[in-house]
Amino acid sequence: MKGLRVAAMAFLALVVLACVLAPWVAPDSYAKQFRDIPDAAPTSQHWLGTDDLGRDRFTRLLYGTRVSLLLAPAAALLSSLLAVLIGGTAGFVGGVLQSCVMAAADLFLSLPWLFLLITVRAFLPLDVSPEVSVAITFALLGCLGWAAAARVICADARTLCNSDMVLLARASGCGGWRLLWRHIVPNLRPVLLAQFWISIPVYILTEANLGILGLGVAEPLPSWGGMLRELEGFSLFSAQPWLFAPLALLVFTVSSFHLVLHNKEGWA
Amino acid sequence: MRRLGRHAARALLVIIVGGFLGATLVRLAPGFGVDEEELDSRLSAQSVAALRQAQPGSGSLADFYLHSLERLAHGDLGVSTTLHRPVRQLLAERLPETLKTVALGLVLAWAAGLTLALTAALWQSGPVDLAASLAASVLLCIPAAVLALLFVMVQAPGRLAVGLIVFPKVFHYARSLLARSAALPHVLTARAKGAGGCRVLLWHVLPVAAPQLLALGGVSVSLAFAAAIPVEVLCDLPGIGQLAWKAALGRDLALLVDLTMLVTAVTLVANSAADLAARPVGEGER
Repeated sequence: MKGLRVAAMAFLALVVLACVLAPWVAPDSYAKQFRDIPDAAPTSQHWLGTDDLGRDRFTRLLYGTRVSLLLAPAAALLSSLLAVLIGGTAGFVGGVLQSCVMAAADLFLSLPWLFLLITVRAFLPLDVSPEVSVAITFALLGCLGWAAAARVICADARTLCNSDMVLLARASGCGGWRLLWRHIVPNLRPVLLAQFWISIPVYILTEANLGILGLGVAEPLPSWGGMLRELEGFSLFSAQPWLFAPLALLVFTVSSFHLVLHNKEGWA
Repeated sequence: MRRLGRHAARALLVIIVGGFLGATLVRLAPGFGVDEEELDSRLSAQSVAALRQAQPGSGSLADFYLHSLERLAHGDLGVSTTLHRPVRQLLAERLPETLKTVALGLVLAWAAGLTLALTAALWQSGPVDLAASLAASVLLCIPAAVLALLFVMVQAPGRLAVGLIVFPKVFHYARSLLARSAALPHVLTARAKGAGGCRVLLWHVLPVAAPQLLALGGVSVSLAFAAAIPVEVLCDLPGIGQLAWKAALGRDLALLVDLTMLVTAVTLVANSAADLAARPVGEGER
């Protein structure tokens, strides 16, 4: 199992490196059209062929990976910070505030995730630039994904508040913000880290679902979700297996996150 | 009875608060109260103002809430701006389709998930455990929409895709729950005394795991409804998932909020039912 985890980490590092170095690995722009060869099969120049607009699929896959893989952790960070802010404060203060926050978390968790996402996404303008659509998609994931993590953090903060360690700190005259920042928040770090890691694959998959449904990142900016939409035109008779490259990369990446996650859960 | 009342009150409160939040979002969303006719450049400023005034709920936020509540009290869910039909009529047509999809998906997911979890955890069948864990792990890494697309490609019934989307979660949770219950001292004692597999399962393992399995049942309803959106959209099943998607693309906000509230109500009822069913089992066990 340890070997698998090391392999998963190495794979993730390789993918992150490839997408960070995308401008050097694939010198053409993701939007550049090779109009003479639309929908071409893989060649030595276009490793995964071209799409129906003549754009190089490999280049788009690299840039799409960059969008999905770098922004999902950003969304996870946002939701983890919101969770620690809301859940941590509620657990620390307790009483009515805790009840209100838990009721709000219950409300969020009662709403089916994809229904909530597409509803809130529809409230925001749909006809926006690709960069804004990326920001909206991942900000939405970050802002709506706090509830489950906040519940866990609130419960942990409450347990910590009732612990001997905090009782001793209180008895020594430590109180208020100092108690929160010096004694409670540092002890919430392992749970927070686990919640952060758990959120990343969830957000990657959610972005892919939104992208396939046409509610994710806008064209011409590539993302895994947008690239997977090409599978809609796949036919078993005119088999083009290279269309599955984004799916294969997504599955391996999410699996790698799950494998690494086992380790992080152990830390927590 | 008191517990049932508490659950019903809680569900009602969540729906009312959710409804108000939804109504607030609709009211504050960019483009609310704007009619396409306003784009006509021949109209004067007074005509545009008159058009805006004619929009329902165009007054203050309080007026908007009152108007929404009044409509709801009369069972009027409004009219879809994209499909130009009453929302109630649309729901009546499409809800049965989604319920069918969700029910079939849940039956499939639970039948496969629980059977494999039992085989893996209780009878400790290594190959079954490995194969099922591997399949569940791979399915967990595939987006629901891609699974639906794969079903379209192989021309399989789309409804079954919901089962495959829910299966990995059911299997993983059920397996760990059953394995934990099977390792309890009283179960080991029963095995040591020679109790058979079925007897151990029915008398010693299931009663311990039942409350959490029932809670998982409630959660799986929510998962199945969420999975219904991509499945219905991509497999062209005319249910409320497809309706929600069309409403999202057409920014039919009132319809979207109605749909979300409906699905929330269904999932809350499922979760409350699971919770109510789990309590007596748990108390009986104690």
